[in-house]
Amino acid sequence: MAELRIEDLAVSVDGKLIINGVSFGVRSGEVLALMGPNGSGKTTLFMTIAGHPRYNVVRGKVMLDGEDIVKLPPEERFLRGLMVAFQTPTVVPEVRLSTLITAMINKINGRKLTDPAPPSLVNSLMKGIQEVGLTPAHLSRGINHGFSGGEMKRSEILQLLMVKPKVALIDEPDSGLDVDGVFAVGKALLSLANSGTAIVLTTHSAKILHVVKPTRVLVLNRGRIAAEGGMELVEEIEKVGYENFLKAR
Amino acid sequence: MGMRHDLYNLIEDGITPEEVLSKNTPVRRSVEIKGEVTKDVVEELSKIKREPDWMMRLRLRSLELFNKLPTPNWLPNWVLDNINLEDYISYARPDVNRSSNWDEIPPEVRQYYEALNIPEIEARALMGLGAQLDSEIIYINIRKQLAEKGVVVLPMEEAVQKYPDLVKQYFMRVFPPEHKFAALHGALWSGGVFVYVPPGVRIEAPIEGFFLISNAGEGQFEHTLVVADKGSYIHYIEGCSAPRLSKYSFHDGMVEIYAHEGAKVKFTTVQNWSRNVINFNNKRAIAERNAEVEWVEASIGSVASFVYPSTILKGEGAKTEITGITIANGKGHVKENGAKVIHDAPNTSSKVVNKSISANGGTAVYKGVVYVRRGARFARSHVTCDSLVLDGDSKAYTIPHDQVFDDTAVVTHEAYTGRISEDKINYLRTRGLTEEEAKSLIVLGFISDVTEGLPFEYAMVLNRVIMLEFSKYGKVA
Repeated sequence: MAELRIEDLAVSVDGKLIINGVSFGVRSGEVLALMGPNGSGKTTLFMTIAGHPRYNVVRGKVMLDGEDIVKLPPEERFLRGLMVAFQTPTVVPEVRLSTLITAMINKINGRKLTDPAPPSLVNSLMKGIQEVGLTPAHLSRGINHGFSGGEMKRSEILQLLMVKPKVALIDEPDSGLDVDGVFAVGKALLSLANSGTAIVLTTHSAKILHVVKPTRVLVLNRGRIAAEGGMELVEEIEKVGYENFLKAR
Repeated sequence: MGMRHDLYNLIEDGITPEEVLSKNTPVRRSVEIKGEVTKDVVEELSKIKREPDWMMRLRLRSLELFNKLPTPNWLPNWVLDNINLEDYISYARPDVNRSSNWDEIPPEVRQYYEALNIPEIEARALMGLGAQLDSEIIYINIRKQLAEKGVVVLPMEEAVQKYPDLVKQYFMRVFPPEHKFAALHGALWSGGVFVYVPPGVRIEAPIEGFFLISNAGEGQFEHTLVVADKGSYIHYIEGCSAPRLSKYSFHDGMVEIYAHEGAKVKFTTVQNWSRNVINFNNKRAIAERNAEVEWVEASIGSVASFVYPSTILKGEGAKTEITGITIANGKGHVKENGAKVIHDAPNTSSKVVNKSISANGGTAVYKGVVYVRRGARFARSHVTCDSLVLDGDSKAYTIPHDQVFDDTAVVTHEAYTGRISEDKINYLRTRGLTEEEAKSLIVLGFISDVTEGLPFEYAMVLNRVIMLEFSKYGKVA
């Protein structure tokens, strides 16, 4: 049973305080939806938990299975079971998507980085691309190189499906996706949760939440948690908008 | 793929090929020629090799030219200072009888090749192998079915004696002694492999020539000549290595290729000299009507290297592709890896792809010439140069030069210089890779279109060697 606990986290970027005292927790199989207006700190929160060096932790803890990982480099966090699917992932034209996925799996299994992909990985990759709506051609292209916005999201989700991390932080997996894409990605996340991954996901739309059915909903505003509850919060936000929703709290 | 080579494992443990070789004991020599390169020295060398008269005259003419021709003024001074020929052994014959059976090669010699898995690679992936130690080929063998088809693979000296008329037509006629170091090569050449592929014969797996320099202060001047008759195909691989040496050694080899009508020759070099070797290589091909010549120059090792594979597209419809990978990793390392194409006939085409990586104070240089003769109608040429510069101390220069004298020619260029951005590294770090691993993966990916054209065994070893280069680099930085 994996658990991620964020305790009183405060984060600054270039000297400016973006996250100011956030606490929450998520366990295996749970899906936590993190909502909030633009600029409320959702992406900053994910980047910080992932260990991106640009984000400076002012105080607080990031506990993964009882261990504070807040000082660990990003690669160590990944190897302990934490993985982020980015809202705008970086383009790395030099490295093929298949090479990256093989390297991640090799790393997790203690093999050499450039060892060939084991047959089991090749099989699950072929299934995985279908599940998220990519083609073998995407695997042999550079990471996100020439990918549309939607294809980048699908690639991030594909990586999650292959790694099956203990905890997945998924930043707006549905933005830029067509209706079928939202449905496919939603289903993929649901199967990931069912296989035991603890999921935290941000979104601006209720559509994907109707598919993945979050166990809890948090609303972030100005770097703090402004509300906590269930799907009723999503419905209210959909109806009245963030401004009115937040005014009422 | 489950099989692990010794070398593979050693590299995994962080030991470079030059370190592997450095564990070996030096091989004894039966003959050594040292000191100033004079007429007497050249005549002595020719006598040792029991050469026909025409070859001795060729050597002496080359020597005259060497003495006359100016020293290239663009070579760095420290390189010139370190190739003072009086200090070099210009001929070193190892005390070993040549054989076509590894079991007959004494263990103290065999160990050099075994340390690099050469016999194993030969058994798994090659149709033939010639292995040179210092100035002589000590092992040579080809598969029986090739010999039956009339393919000739011989040490260069033996080919001069056995097939003088054939050799004479090509030897230093593809690449005449037209500059100082080509002339020096002509005077002192020793060893190397002669290959003749009869008309229509296609050799499906590569033939390799592997060159080792075992001692410091040594000159190596091997001569490789590949003649591909009409409609034939050959992939020749050239590999080179050396242990870590106490002072500089000097390599001034030559490769000549003649691709007759409709023939295709692929020539791949994996240059992995140790850091004490100054490397010159003179490489030129002539492609007749509808022939194709593909050069791959992977310039991994050596402290200074100057190599410009060239193709003369002599016949209508001839094609060439010249691919270079250059790694300039280390303070003061200067690696020039260029290309030269002469479009001498209509409808000829050329493609040059050059990729360089400079790191830790190294300098990578591409120098290239594309020449289109008047009357070479509808010649097409495309040159792409990509440079990856890993830090602020390192440099990459791209110096392409076009001389186009036919108005139907289409000659195009692309050049790109990149750095490995923090963003790329951070993204890969969130995928479990350390900073060094992220850099290595980017570097390997950057050159993958080249390594993927190599047989699996080579690609694997090459990838590991490069990984190691950059993981060590990462630790230093």
